[in-house]
Amino acid sequence: MTARPGLWRVGMAVYARDLRLAFRRWEQAVQPVVFLLMVATLFPLALSPEAAQLRGVAAGVLWVAALLASLLALEFLFRADHEDGSLEQLVLSGHPLGWLSIFKVLAHWTISGLPLVLVSPVVATSLAVPASALAVVMLSLLLGTGVLSFVGGAAAALTLGVKRGGVLVSVLTLPLVMPALIFGAQAADLAIMGESARGPLLLLLALLVLSVSLAPLAIAAALRIGVE
Amino acid sequence: MQDSGRQTGLEARSVHAWRGDRHVIRGLSLRVTPGHCLHLAGPNGVGKTTLIRILAGLIRPEDGSVLWRGEAVGHDPDAFHADTAFLGHDNALKADLSPLENLAFWSALAGRPAAAVAATLGAFGLQACLGLPVRVLSAGQKRRVALARVALSGASLWLLDEPFTNLDTGGIRLVEAQLAQHLAAGGMAVVAAHQPVTPDQGEVRRMELS
Repeated sequence: MTARPGLWRVGMAVYARDLRLAFRRWEQAVQPVVFLLMVATLFPLALSPEAAQLRGVAAGVLWVAALLASLLALEFLFRADHEDGSLEQLVLSGHPLGWLSIFKVLAHWTISGLPLVLVSPVVATSLAVPASALAVVMLSLLLGTGVLSFVGGAAAALTLGVKRGGVLVSVLTLPLVMPALIFGAQAADLAIMGESARGPLLLLLALLVLSVSLAPLAIAAALRIGVE
Repeated sequence: MQDSGRQTGLEARSVHAWRGDRHVIRGLSLRVTPGHCLHLAGPNGVGKTTLIRILAGLIRPEDGSVLWRGEAVGHDPDAFHADTAFLGHDNALKADLSPLENLAFWSALAGRPAAAVAATLGAFGLQACLGLPVRVLSAGQKRRVALARVALSGASLWLLDEPFTNLDTGGIRLVEAQLAQHLAAGGMAVVAAHQPVTPDQGEVRRMELS
């Protein structure tokens, strides 16, 4: 028996591997961002290019588009590992499965959630959001996509046994992330109207803390059932 | 001897398991001690894979218990798994990564030095494809990479489910040589296979499931 590697080393190994895999398959990884950009481009065309009207719906459009975009990638979070046997090995690695799954979710968020946050100022500007509100828009999406990745991770782990569980993942995830959508869109809306968004942002932060602390336990339990 | 075996090895006591509505494993007991290999044989569908997955802790037995070094595996599964290497039907390899990258990841998780990876892959006859994506390897080469992962793990217990699948005769001999080395160093193994398992060293006991 050899010395056990530290938890951080193990976590970073999982994180680095998943990022490397995503870069080898970048055409899959860019899907969420492309989706967000498409939706945001279509809205002014379909609705009206008038700045005042766009500004009114900008927060909602941005948030709904971001939510649906990050749902796109969720199904693949554990599926590949399940299919090639890596998941069994992770379960049997002798490391806490919840801990490992945190890093898998973080890698997934880095690939599918973070890019949404990064392009959101561009998208928001195209929806006539004033520059003063961009920081809050980004912050709300930063917290919100985190909630989505963790809650969605639990749903993805639960549906491992289902072939093509894409719709099921969305159906399971959406009700659970409604609060994040409500507070996130409200925060962005308040900022666009030039008011303080502190309240909804703090609630969003609380949701993130809650999902980061509880979701890994649910994910670990679901993955154990998934490999049985 | 029996008592020391109980302390140092793997033991299963009257294990029962169901797969779907079939009672596949009925009151099975076994023991593996250092330097010993247990060869599980029997026709398809007799429960070899189920048994090996129970021993690995992937499936919970309906009844009975699995003990590792005298303690129920459920007490400290992480310590048990840290000392176990499992090879299932799937190779746990990423098609987009090279054998080197694949095994570097698993050996990091097992806490083994990264320097050993290339040498072990070489020992399995894979010098020529260290940097190629696993996608382009043949089925037998993939199996060799997966077996190299087991050899790299440094675990005292190897649980191998059909390790010889897709291997040529040279590959089978390589695996048996690695197994002999493992057993000679006081390792243990449970191997489910249709072929005979004949390492030069260590003692092999055959168990026919029916």
